[in-house]
Amino acid sequence: MSADAATLPDGPMDVGVRRISPGLALRHALLVARRNLLQVRGNPQLLIFLVIQPILFVLLFVYVFGGAIAGSSRQYVQFVIPGIVVQTVVFATAMTGIGLNEDLAKGIIDRFRSLPIARSAVLAGRILADAVRLTATVLVILTVGVVLGFRITTSPVAALAGLVLIIAFGMALSWVAALIGLSVRNPETAQSAGFIWMFPLTFASSAFVVASTMPGWLQPFVRINPISVAADALRGLLLAGPVLGPVLKTTAWIVALTVVFAPLAIRQFRRLA
Amino acid sequence: MTVAIQAESLAKSFGKTRALDGVDLEVASGTVLGLLGPNGAGKTTAVRILATLLGPTAGRAQVGGYDVVRQPQQVRQLIGLTGQYAAVDESLSGTENLTMLGRLLGLDKTTAHQRAGELLEHFELADAGGRMVKTYSGGMRRRLDLAASLVGRPPVLFLDEPTTGLDPRSRNGLWAVIRELVAQGTTLLLTTQYMEEADHLAGHIAVIDHGQVIATGTPDELKAKIGGQVLEVRPANPADVDRAAQLLVELTGNQATIDRDIRLISVPMPDPAWLPVAVRRLDEAGIVVVDLALRRPSLDEVFLTLTGRPADAEPAEDGAGQEGSAA
Repeated sequence: MSADAATLPDGPMDVGVRRISPGLALRHALLVARRNLLQVRGNPQLLIFLVIQPILFVLLFVYVFGGAIAGSSRQYVQFVIPGIVVQTVVFATAMTGIGLNEDLAKGIIDRFRSLPIARSAVLAGRILADAVRLTATVLVILTVGVVLGFRITTSPVAALAGLVLIIAFGMALSWVAALIGLSVRNPETAQSAGFIWMFPLTFASSAFVVASTMPGWLQPFVRINPISVAADALRGLLLAGPVLGPVLKTTAWIVALTVVFAPLAIRQFRRLA
Repeated sequence: MTVAIQAESLAKSFGKTRALDGVDLEVASGTVLGLLGPNGAGKTTAVRILATLLGPTAGRAQVGGYDVVRQPQQVRQLIGLTGQYAAVDESLSGTENLTMLGRLLGLDKTTAHQRAGELLEHFELADAGGRMVKTYSGGMRRRLDLAASLVGRPPVLFLDEPTTGLDPRSRNGLWAVIRELVAQGTTLLLTTQYMEEADHLAGHIAVIDHGQVIATGTPDELKAKIGGQVLEVRPANPADVDRAAQLLVELTGNQATIDRDIRLISVPMPDPAWLPVAVRRLDEAGIVVVDLALRRPSLDEVFLTLTGRPADAEPAEDGAGQEGSAA
């Protein structure tokens, strides 16, 4: 019979107790990541969020605000593309929390947790898959940017470093989203709680306009805002301007966010039971 | 005969709520235990502890000889779990869902695919295997969910309310598959709110209420507990229902169940000799009866006798599983 099940022998069953090696844990994480990426294919609305929305943002900022902000669309495109890359990466991290919360609500996390697989697989797989998604989205924005006249003026190595830095930044923020997603009751709450902090942080930053045009009381906040720092670092690596300072500050933020929020998210995941 | 699942004084509190309050369970290898109780009785909490998803506050439990707290990884290699909600990925196809689980369990690509094919075939989902699960009906999802818990051929299976919300046809189909698994030697712990389901699938039943096991036995033993038979009376006139019920309660000294929609009164009747007395009293009271029958009690009535209230009288406070997972 095809659905045959094993029977239980007398006494404790030999289950071939194997400690899960780091290699096996990685394999489990990759399998879960693959499953998360397959989901995108089945969800056109996810695709819209990942591809169409960033393109709309690029067009909107360049053609609608560009003239007013920088004098012309052509001049603004050079400034704003790195900003939109950062903004999109930040917003896309909310998906980490929403996805985890949906899996939680639907019992999928319970199923994973009842399997003899690495406990880390669910979280690690989610963050890995999201890193791949982030990369794809960033490449879409850069491509659209290039069509609109954006040009990288540094070296390919610097540009690649910028890409890596910004994805790492996204992964650090994913831990924040993961903590939110694992702490709230339903996907709707995960969505609103995931986005609410992003708006002030993203718009009160140097992602879209230079900080010096904002009121004096706001500027200190804008300067330490991780999104400003990341946008400045990306500008430095893709275009011109200071590199070392913003890159170091961004790295500090990445480390700080990960050190604080990864353990919190993991602890929350363990406490799920 | 070995013991596949064993729980001793299992307790679990969520804040002030005692979801489980000292539960003892024992399931012999290759048998089916039905955990029967209303919403909020603690059924899901018990399953979640046995499936290593939740730590008990007190007591201990073993599956296949392994302690669920100290040796969870071993336990997980023995169990399959199907919860109350179909835990399958809607954006993946049926085949992809099962293949992914196979690969997580260490099968190579080809074998995982093969195993998925076998299971889909067996659960009459072969034609739908390539389709995304979001296009499946409720019954198909439950079948896929059950298939998903069988990918690793677990010798011990936990089914938490496997047919809740299914139409009778899908339910019967699922029952058939479950019986087949048991026939092949799977040890099954099944939770259900339906007496009929426990009666149908389980060799032993543990009735659970407010986190405590209040009765155990075979379905027949439980039925025997309330003694004898049940008298069913249907007055012709709806206005007579209360009077007739009152009369029968006085006669038997037992609680009566009244279904007003169909004017049906059921009352346990330990001694069949009382039947003529009942008929005479009804006649004397001028109550015209259109239906009168003696029958074996259902498990619903067993529950009423054991707890003094109907099985579904108290709304859910449980959700212990969900509450716990979201908190």
